[in-house]
Amino acid sequence: MSDILNMSETSEYTEHVIVKDNRAIINAEGLHYRQLNALLRALSARGIKTIEIHNIYGQRYIGTGLKGTLDIKVYGIPGNDLAAFMNGQRIFVYGNAQDGCGNTMNDGLIVIYGSVGDVAGYAMRGGKIFIRDDAGFRVGVHMKEYRDKKPIIVIGGKTGDFLGEYMAGGIILVLNLRGKEHSMRFVGVGMHGGVIYVRGKAKHVGKEAKIADVNENDLHLIEGLLKEFSEYFNQDVNVKKIMECKFTKIVPFSHKPYGKLYG
Amino acid sequence: MRSHLLPEYIVERDYTKCTRCKVCIKQCTYGVHYYNAVKDTIESKSERCVNCLRCVVFCPKEAITIKRNLNNYRENYYWTQETITSIKRQAETGSAILTGMGCDKPYPVYWDKLLLNACQVTNPPIDPIREPIEIRTYLGRKPTRIELEINSGDISLKTDLAPNLCVEAPILFAAMSYGALNLNVHEALVRAAIECGTYFNCGEGGLHSNLRKYGNHIIVQVASGRFGVDLEYLNAGAAIEIKIGQGAKPGIGGHLPGEKVSEDIAMVRMIPAGTDALSPAPHHDIYSIEDLRQLIYALKEATEYMKPVSVKIAAVHNSAAIASGIARAGADIIVIDGFRGSTGAAPRVIRDNVGIPIELALASVDQRLREEGIRDEVSIIASGGIRSSADVVKAIALGADAVYIGTAALVAMGCTLCQRCYTGKCPWGIATSNPEIAKRLNSADAYRRVVNFMRAWSIEIKEMLGAMGIDSIESLRGNREQLRGVGLTERELRILGVKIAGE
Repeated sequence: MSDILNMSETSEYTEHVIVKDNRAIINAEGLHYRQLNALLRALSARGIKTIEIHNIYGQRYIGTGLKGTLDIKVYGIPGNDLAAFMNGQRIFVYGNAQDGCGNTMNDGLIVIYGSVGDVAGYAMRGGKIFIRDDAGFRVGVHMKEYRDKKPIIVIGGKTGDFLGEYMAGGIILVLNLRGKEHSMRFVGVGMHGGVIYVRGKAKHVGKEAKIADVNENDLHLIEGLLKEFSEYFNQDVNVKKIMECKFTKIVPFSHKPYGKLYG
Repeated sequence: MRSHLLPEYIVERDYTKCTRCKVCIKQCTYGVHYYNAVKDTIESKSERCVNCLRCVVFCPKEAITIKRNLNNYRENYYWTQETITSIKRQAETGSAILTGMGCDKPYPVYWDKLLLNACQVTNPPIDPIREPIEIRTYLGRKPTRIELEINSGDISLKTDLAPNLCVEAPILFAAMSYGALNLNVHEALVRAAIECGTYFNCGEGGLHSNLRKYGNHIIVQVASGRFGVDLEYLNAGAAIEIKIGQGAKPGIGGHLPGEKVSEDIAMVRMIPAGTDALSPAPHHDIYSIEDLRQLIYALKEATEYMKPVSVKIAAVHNSAAIASGIARAGADIIVIDGFRGSTGAAPRVIRDNVGIPIELALASVDQRLREEGIRDEVSIIASGGIRSSADVVKAIALGADAVYIGTAALVAMGCTLCQRCYTGKCPWGIATSNPEIAKRLNSADAYRRVVNFMRAWSIEIKEMLGAMGIDSIESLRGNREQLRGVGLTERELRILGVKIAGE
């Protein structure tokens, strides 16, 4: 083990790590995020493929700046900007996540066994975020797609105002599995790309977005995401029953909403 | 409806000189000149002319003269030509008026009310021809104290130094995005930056793959749209700049219309072609200094603390307090962009009425950071309307570590400040992404012009330093004793921290 962490930056934290084959377990108690993330990078660089982090109390930027494939399992509550700029790794959080989850994420997967705070998936370009429970305000702001990259956010519960603000691409699905009515306002304000699906009725849609008919392709897409959702959370999600519910589809009026503003 | 607008300029053609070679028709991107086959003459639609002077320069016979239209609205000190024209235009279009480049209104120019000192008799000036004068400086966080380790006579540095940018002259090329400018211009600027030992900021529109090999001399920018931002991009440059604001349009986001988002621009920005590229006015993950700190450290984590992080703000009323917050948020460099700063496109009412002069903002930021004892924790880059080497020297004496230049570098390449950058038809091939027009700008020629003018400014800076008896640009930083004001009020002098001439 000491061999694995034989670098000056991280050697002093060896008592926090147990390594077995290509798996590692970190006790994050007392570690600053800078130490914890340096540790993650060092372990990843040495070929570790799965890392469990225990006793995490709000350390930020977990999953930022990593290369190659890696699964991170977080037990506890990671801090803000979880997976910021993440590029292909997978993070499973057994607890809630805080603000800025998946900030400017390029690729990879985040699965939250709980709720997330505000601004999840800000400017996200690729990858997927699955949230079992609720999400805060401003989810998926300025999400965008590019070539084969199409970011996806699935929220099991409800979410707050400004969902998909400035959205330029990608897919957001709000399942509202436990709630009654959506309370979110200003959905898709400034939206100029992508699509938002909401189970039930979305009342307060921004002026750049419109409600469109849900077609076969949409239902197929929703069903696929729902299946993936139920696999992660192993919940009693009755896919068939949910698919019988009404979904609202929100899309932008135009890819160029502000053409006539200036002259 | 019939337009009530008057042509701003009148094109006059000397038919005794004109050979109908049609160069003017080819050169004008606004469609001013056309051939009249019936009369076998070349004629002009003056109302389209923006006085960019492209045809004048390229006419082989010097047959064209552009004049201001004498048919002006009745002279009125209060209701100027521009105010009347603007209303008439808006009555016809119903749109906010766009413009390009920096504020052109007659607000005070404090650079021109500051004069530099020189040595006489009691302290000898230094002759830069004979003696070395250092204009190299370093940008980034400086340690408050240095610890050394001495091992049997060997001395080594114990203190960890924060990453710094080394510039051979205190002048960097300001952020101008791909999309506003084309690849020829970007390539000319980055090659000039390498030649001059400085940095080129690629702006918020991503970094073209052809330029990544020059990464050591590039500052990559992260703005609210996060265009082209991924791990590779963040690690491609020598430093990262968070763009909060821009002097030409404080508090305003960016908007590259879908029509201008070509395949190539879409690739560099990592968005689909043909869609609007919107940079929201705020970063929606930054609503406070604490949030800014969060992004600064996200960027540091993403680049393993190897690169300085800069934060650029527009000069506004409370810049000093904001700058203090930025320094405490962990930024290594603060960029203050004054209201004269340029833009590729901004609503004219914003450009001409929002923000404050860089001279006052710079002086108050430097003063505030000194008072709080945190001036060495950040470097300051002054930006926005630096026109000459004298402005550079005065900015440094007021407290800047270095300056950004944008307009000056473009003028060196060919820009004539016609202020129509937003049309994307720049006849000089600069502010255009149209490949046919962009071809007009020869990258190698533009590079040479920029390197030449940077060399000229470096010589002039050394001359001014030598005259002051100062042999290092770092000794001038914040050295306001070297400045004196003329025609300024007590209060202006106090904010600038300079004495009146004669005092």
